[in-house]
Amino acid sequence: MEVIAQQVVNGISLGAIYALIALGYTMVYGIIELINFAHGDVYTLGSFFALAILSLLGVTDVLHGWPLVGAIVLASLGAMILCGITGVLIERIAYRRLRHAPRLAPLITAIGVSFILNNIMQLWKGPSPVNFPALIPNTSFQLGAISISNKQIIVVVLAVLMMLALHYFVHNTKMGKAMRATAQDRDAAQLMGININTTIAVTFLIGSALAGAAGFVSGVYYGSTWFANGFAAGLKAFTAAVLGGIGNIAGAMLGGFLIGLIESLTTQFISDQWSNVVVFSVLVLVLVFRPSGLLGESLPEKV
Amino acid sequence: MSRRRRTLSLYAVFILALLIPLIDRNQAHLSFWTDAATFVMLALGLNIVVGFAGLLDLGYAAFFAIGSYSYAMLASTQFGIHIPFWAMLFLAAAIAATFGILLGAPTLRLRGDYLAIVTLGFGEIVPQTFLNLSQYTNGPNGIGPLDPPYFPGVDFSASSVPYYYVALGLIIITLWVSNNVRSSRIGRAWMAIREDELAARHMGINTTFTKLAAFGMGASFSGIAGVAYSAKLNLVSPDQFQFSVSVLILSMLVLGGMGNLKGVVIGSLLLSFVNNFFLPQASTLLHYDLTNYRLAIYGFILMGIMLFRPQGLIGSKSTEKLAESIVHPDQLGAESAEGSVN
Repeated sequence: MEVIAQQVVNGISLGAIYALIALGYTMVYGIIELINFAHGDVYTLGSFFALAILSLLGVTDVLHGWPLVGAIVLASLGAMILCGITGVLIERIAYRRLRHAPRLAPLITAIGVSFILNNIMQLWKGPSPVNFPALIPNTSFQLGAISISNKQIIVVVLAVLMMLALHYFVHNTKMGKAMRATAQDRDAAQLMGININTTIAVTFLIGSALAGAAGFVSGVYYGSTWFANGFAAGLKAFTAAVLGGIGNIAGAMLGGFLIGLIESLTTQFISDQWSNVVVFSVLVLVLVFRPSGLLGESLPEKV
Repeated sequence: MSRRRRTLSLYAVFILALLIPLIDRNQAHLSFWTDAATFVMLALGLNIVVGFAGLLDLGYAAFFAIGSYSYAMLASTQFGIHIPFWAMLFLAAAIAATFGILLGAPTLRLRGDYLAIVTLGFGEIVPQTFLNLSQYTNGPNGIGPLDPPYFPGVDFSASSVPYYYVALGLIIITLWVSNNVRSSRIGRAWMAIREDELAARHMGINTTFTKLAAFGMGASFSGIAGVAYSAKLNLVSPDQFQFSVSVLILSMLVLGGMGNLKGVVIGSLLLSFVNNFFLPQASTLLHYDLTNYRLAIYGFILMGIMLFRPQGLIGSKSTEKLAESIVHPDQLGAESAEGSVN
């Protein structure tokens, strides 16, 4: 029982990272019906940007007090801004021209972008995993037989906060309203005076910034990063987005936590090497049997 | 080009291909030509699924893996089973086609992009499963050595030349099959569902059967290529079938022109040449490892061609419409509405 509870804790913190990535997939799919295949690589790029900022600051190990807060703020904001810009550029260069082409054309360019980013990161930091500074002193709390580390708490709290902020943005701001309108009917939204290009660019900006935040968090959480991380993580996060109901923010969060749980429980009870197979099987099964996802029908609203 | 000139140039290319081992006696070059031939076959197989039927398959390497592992398990000392190479060509085609249909069956209702992701998931599951079932597959070490093919009077262990002729023969068969099936009833049905699935169904096309036939036939080409490739390499290991291989084959298709047989052959030869010949040679010349840029090259091909020349490099005026309909059916619809009836 304790083992299960411990894996649930691990799965939730793992799932928080997937959820952050899944938000980007779900927003972009909600607004232009494109599986942004490069999104997983933008996430990895986030950890690389954060790492570069930390090494610029000269941070190599655990920090305390104000320097710790400063390093976290600079690294996470920097990664978010740089990833956001990357996302906007990707949309401008690779997707905008194909907005009226059928779905498969931008999907193929998205795979192309993903491979280009992947290659850039491989050349940047080399083909092996690289260390990420621990940053936060490692302490853990005992809850009966379960141990929860402070990093796990931070990951989950951060993810939930960002989701709430996103929810607020989408439902209570003018730009959020424009996004929802564009998602529902692009032509009608344009006739109502909404600038479609700006709205779609903002969607990419936010989605990619969240991926950048996820990249920073995962770097701190795992203590390392790797140029090829984005492929599996991206696919899992996409699974999460579909599982929750694509286009649905709360669904992406729910799906992320579920995928995290499935992965950590598989690791515990079957084995580490089967966890990808199990998660991808879930992907195939969900797409085949319930493509609308868990929350897809009860909450049909998009973005 | 007139029909006669086309036939003549086809024969010329064929005779040139037959003579390559006599002109170029360098063993490394011959090995390159043989591998390039395998990839032509793979590209032709994927062309049936993507180019003809318009179903984006991102896990095509999985069927390559299934063909290769079938040969490795059924024609080696691994289990002491020794089915002859020539029989395995048919058997692997059947096994791969079965998996193709098994994968295809539940995905028929899916939209194009979801289908692509399902095939991608399948493409990840298959090599990972071969890797994990190490008691049968030796895990990361792979299976080898494998039985060489037997043909009276030919020594398959001495050089790549016999494998080259095997691969060439297989290409000719696949080209012949592709060309004939394209203009057959099923081939026209593939193109109909590629253009407009709903309309095709209403014209009385059995879309279930048609799509499954595309998956099955595409997978069987890949299975056959797997047998030929692994017999030549004498080893099968799970890292030969990564996602990048599926994307490489897709890039060959996109580069030459989806749905265009000549384009597919030229696209795959060109990319094989860049990948396995030009980049390594240039790297030794420049003392700088250019092979590290492979993934970006595939990426730029996929992105650049889709954005600026969706019909591919070879796509001519006549094939342009055909290819554009894969990529830009809106425009095609507008044109045909003006009254161009073919």
